[in-house]
Amino acid sequence: MKSRRSRKFIEWALLGSTWLALPALLLIIIFIFLGALPAFESVGLGALLTGEEWRPTKELYGLLPSVLGTLMVTGIALVIVFPVGLGLALFLTEAAPAWGARLIRRALELLAGIPSVVYGFFGIIVLVPVLRQLFGGSGFSAVTGGVVLAIMVLPTMVTLSEDALRAVPSEYRAGSLALGATHWQTVTRVVLPSAIPGISAGLVLAMGRAIGETMAMIMVVGNITGMPTSLFGPVRTLTGNIAIEMKYATGIHQSTLYAAGVFLLVTIIILNLILNSLFRRREARQ
Amino acid sequence: MRKGLLISLLAVSVFFSFGCSKGQIVNISGSTSVEPLSQELAAAFMAKHPKITVNVAAGGSSAGIKAAREGASDIGASSRDLKPTETGLNKFVIAYDGIAVIINKDNPVANLSVDQVKAIYEGTITNWSELGGHNAQIVVVDRDAASGTRGAFVEMVMDNNDTIIKTAIVQDGGGGVRNTVAGNPAAIGYISIASVDNTIRALKINGIEATIANVANKTYPIFRPFIYVTKNAPVGAVKQFIDFVLSAEGQKIVEASGLVPVK
Repeated sequence: MKSRRSRKFIEWALLGSTWLALPALLLIIIFIFLGALPAFESVGLGALLTGEEWRPTKELYGLLPSVLGTLMVTGIALVIVFPVGLGLALFLTEAAPAWGARLIRRALELLAGIPSVVYGFFGIIVLVPVLRQLFGGSGFSAVTGGVVLAIMVLPTMVTLSEDALRAVPSEYRAGSLALGATHWQTVTRVVLPSAIPGISAGLVLAMGRAIGETMAMIMVVGNITGMPTSLFGPVRTLTGNIAIEMKYATGIHQSTLYAAGVFLLVTIIILNLILNSLFRRREARQ
Repeated sequence: MRKGLLISLLAVSVFFSFGCSKGQIVNISGSTSVEPLSQELAAAFMAKHPKITVNVAAGGSSAGIKAAREGASDIGASSRDLKPTETGLNKFVIAYDGIAVIINKDNPVANLSVDQVKAIYEGTITNWSELGGHNAQIVVVDRDAASGTRGAFVEMVMDNNDTIIKTAIVQDGGGGVRNTVAGNPAAIGYISIASVDNTIRALKINGIEATIANVANKTYPIFRPFIYVTKNAPVGAVKQFIDFVLSAEGQKIVEASGLVPVK
């Protein structure tokens, strides 16, 4: 009797937290869309989405440079973090001695706990001068941002991939080895394919964090108002665009910043769908 | 328990309404550049007039002017002059500030004309060698679009037309501009003269050194007024405060803040 009552209580508590989280999400979405409405009406979705220049003083509200900037830094970060993160996770589960794995995990936890402004500072002090030496220009670039982001999201990628690899039932491994497969064959043909859903979750979470990063990006990408010219040239991200100007903006200018928020939301949703469908197709083929 | 809460709430609200009816409040909002000065002035003023409260908020020059026009604030603060469209306001110049054009310490260029600075920011001069410096692509550093410093820079250097190149690096504060220029031998930027330090070098403009003294004697060409605007001719506490700001005592605070007094 008592245990049933306590179970009921726990069920209600869980339901309650769901109902706290969902309206919060809904409210945020409604809030952003309402704020963006004047911009969609007076500037127009087309002009916002395809405008190639952001210059509020001239009433030019093109968000295309920021959208491209966000895609560029996020893309670069994922291209770096996917092989590195997965490789590190494989090393931790398959090859590293116990003390080494513990050391690396501690280091990753530390990496995850560093505030983003410190990463930005590291970017300015170390990466910007190095990239300036290597590729000329100012050193503020999409690549600088991508590298900083890759380091920031590495712990997420490694931790989730490692969990996924460890969750593969040991019978799979034993079966493969018993059939005469080598360790390497077992890892690449049996363990890795079974862990793909977890690894993809790691990549999606890493991407979400990369897109949303603001402070470190403002510090290292240069925040130009025009179209990006190359991967090694400066860009502006959607998050940076909002953060830099929200404190001053009024009227339509402010509303266009909400529109930037809407684009950010839509970009995240689209990228999520693409990544998920990619991995689902791979899974189905297995 | 609930009754106690109600009574204390009531007591608090009575206390506040009592406080309001007794003292007067002056609200200032606007430029982030003027805000530190306004805070200093407000503190000194309130020490002399305990019954008047001066609240200072910062949200940008344009927002401050708008707030004064709409009556949301008693006083709007701006770090640039009024635009032709911003009419129907009473304007009080409370101080002058110079804008220094800064370069890296390793850059040998010492002097530029206003026209040369404009050409750099428009992108018609792109290499330091054209100005007698090293052969290096100029890295143009700009402020965010709504900055008062940027507004004044556009007004005085760019002939009031925002033609600054789209590829300029944008920093969201004077400190960011200074750090970027300090770290890049080919960079150029602009900040308030009060923010110049020994990590960078301020250029002479038209042969005149960027110093507060040269802003005061009106020889340094890039300067801007700090202004207060009101919707109607100021009366009561607002008038008292503005009179204080323009008095010898108020202007001494202006000078102590590293700015140029108007009198």
